[in-house]
Amino acid sequence: MSAIAAAAPRTAVRRVARRRTRPGRAILQGFLLTMVVLWLFPLGWAVYSSLRPLSDTVEHGYVSWPAGGLSFTNYQTVWTQAEIPYYYLNTLVIVIPAVILTLLLASMVAFCCTQFSWRFNLIVLMIFTAGNLLPPQVIIIPLYTIYLHTPVAMLGSIDVGKFSFALFSDNNLLYDQYIGIILIHVVFQTGFATFVLSNYMKTITKEITESALVDGANVFRIWWSVILPLCRPALAAMATLLFTFMYNDFFWALILLKSGDKRPITSALNNLQGEFFVNNNLIAAGALLACIPPIIVFILLQKHFVAGLTLGSTKG
Amino acid sequence: MANTTTNLAPARTPKASEAGALVATRRRRRYTLLTRHDKILIALMVGVPLTLDVLLIWGPTLASIGFSFTNWDGIGPITGDNFVGLKNYQFMFTGYTLFWPAFSHNLIWLAWLTFVATPLGMFLAVLLDRELRGTRIYQSVFFLPVVLSLVVVGFIWELQFAPTEGFINNAFGLVKSGNLIDWLGNPRINLFAILIATSWRHIGYIMILYLAGLKSVDPSLREAARVDGATEVQTFFGVVLPVMAPINVIIVVVTAIEALRAFDIAFIINQGKNGLELLSILITNNSISEASLVGFGSAIAVVLLLISLVPIVAFLSRVMRTLA
Repeated sequence: MSAIAAAAPRTAVRRVARRRTRPGRAILQGFLLTMVVLWLFPLGWAVYSSLRPLSDTVEHGYVSWPAGGLSFTNYQTVWTQAEIPYYYLNTLVIVIPAVILTLLLASMVAFCCTQFSWRFNLIVLMIFTAGNLLPPQVIIIPLYTIYLHTPVAMLGSIDVGKFSFALFSDNNLLYDQYIGIILIHVVFQTGFATFVLSNYMKTITKEITESALVDGANVFRIWWSVILPLCRPALAAMATLLFTFMYNDFFWALILLKSGDKRPITSALNNLQGEFFVNNNLIAAGALLACIPPIIVFILLQKHFVAGLTLGSTKG
Repeated sequence: MANTTTNLAPARTPKASEAGALVATRRRRRYTLLTRHDKILIALMVGVPLTLDVLLIWGPTLASIGFSFTNWDGIGPITGDNFVGLKNYQFMFTGYTLFWPAFSHNLIWLAWLTFVATPLGMFLAVLLDRELRGTRIYQSVFFLPVVLSLVVVGFIWELQFAPTEGFINNAFGLVKSGNLIDWLGNPRINLFAILIATSWRHIGYIMILYLAGLKSVDPSLREAARVDGATEVQTFFGVVLPVMAPINVIIVVVTAIEALRAFDIAFIINQGKNGLELLSILITNNSISEASLVGFGSAIAVVLLLISLVPIVAFLSRVMRTLA
């Protein structure tokens, strides 16, 4: 009885409140819906253009209903003529080792800096974090020089069908090599990953490391079999984020690679523009093909992606 | 995550009088636990990544400063004869016609992101924080462009802005009537066209960061403000915004860094020419892509470095307090 009596005025208040805010809510929903349409339109337009044959758009104009029907012909053309699969492969050859190496190095540094107190651990963290915040263009000139003058061994190549992937180097240099791109991705992103992982690891109590030390485990063993498993959520988030960052990179590949056939897909797109410059529909198809992997990541791993971004900010 | 820290905190903080002694014994114990072997392992685990970072990030940063005082062309050794003092800087500030346009484009970029795109992202976050119907779908839509590369973003917006084939000119009948607006070619407006494209991505990024911050604000604070009769707007500016001070700093820093790094879209549209000059693009054009004026390009890099240090130092001083 008393519960019902107590509940009654509360529902009344709530009803009044809801009635008062209803026009506000409607305006809000209207505004957000407009924004959503604005947001999706450019992407939807690209999809629409990519599905139309060039002849159709030439005849009827770009803003017109599809008189000639829609088809995937543009995708087929780009896929075969621009050798899209090959550039996907280039991207994978660069991104997969780079993500794994970055996570290993960054988690080592984060582990040593958060689980043990030594004199310079904060300074080390600052060096890594600040390094990642620099615009890449600040370091590019000396980096380019270093890449042109660092000898790297040639160890043959791995051939996949008609494609050949050099092991380490095919010109004795870091310049114009997959390994050079992997290296700069790893070093540059280790700064960011170290910062985020330290944020995560400092919430792990030091007693875990201490008791493992008492049990006789060495530091390396503790990092690998105690701390890394505990950081699985943060590592998943970072892997998702790093994959997207590296996949989307344009600058390093543009400057540090010369051969067109070594380019990852994102920077290969730039050449597409020159090749098919009269045919916007083909370019749209190429651009959309290039963003399929990040969109798959977005759909399947959005939670991890957001977690990675916000680990780096809200915890800081 | 945030909860784990707060839950552990009381258990780990003993009475103030005991705290000092406890910390001392704990520290001593930790050091004795580490064997010589362990210390070498730690040195390696930190040393290898640190060496790489110093060699490929900080070394080149210092080298950029050094190069900026020379007229080195990147070929052959650098000798004392290459030293030219401040000549590169003098030419950059007074003789080089592209420097000030590029500098002001970076400033406009920064101002646009700071006063238009970032506030809009924050505004969306505040709206979506109110648990409206469909809030998850809205979030996903605004967030979608964030995963795309700027190259793809550039292509997608070229389909909107292109003079004769683009959507905008066709939809408004400008192609038929012959009043073409050259959104990407006219140096008076093309910067704003690519700023719209950039914002499409930046706004979602800021929204996600800010939304996470808003979710971490203690709901009882808002409750208290409402009980005291504050309106929603008053609550936001009087209570929520001050509590969010740390994340506000990060948002400002992220915005500034994005503005200084701007490169990809301008390069995709027209190699950063004719109204789209940016400091980042002048660096590569002068020293790598078009000419090999290593010394002169480095002087521009030093200017970019000095500007970047402002947000970097702001970020570090904010963040390192909590990492300590």
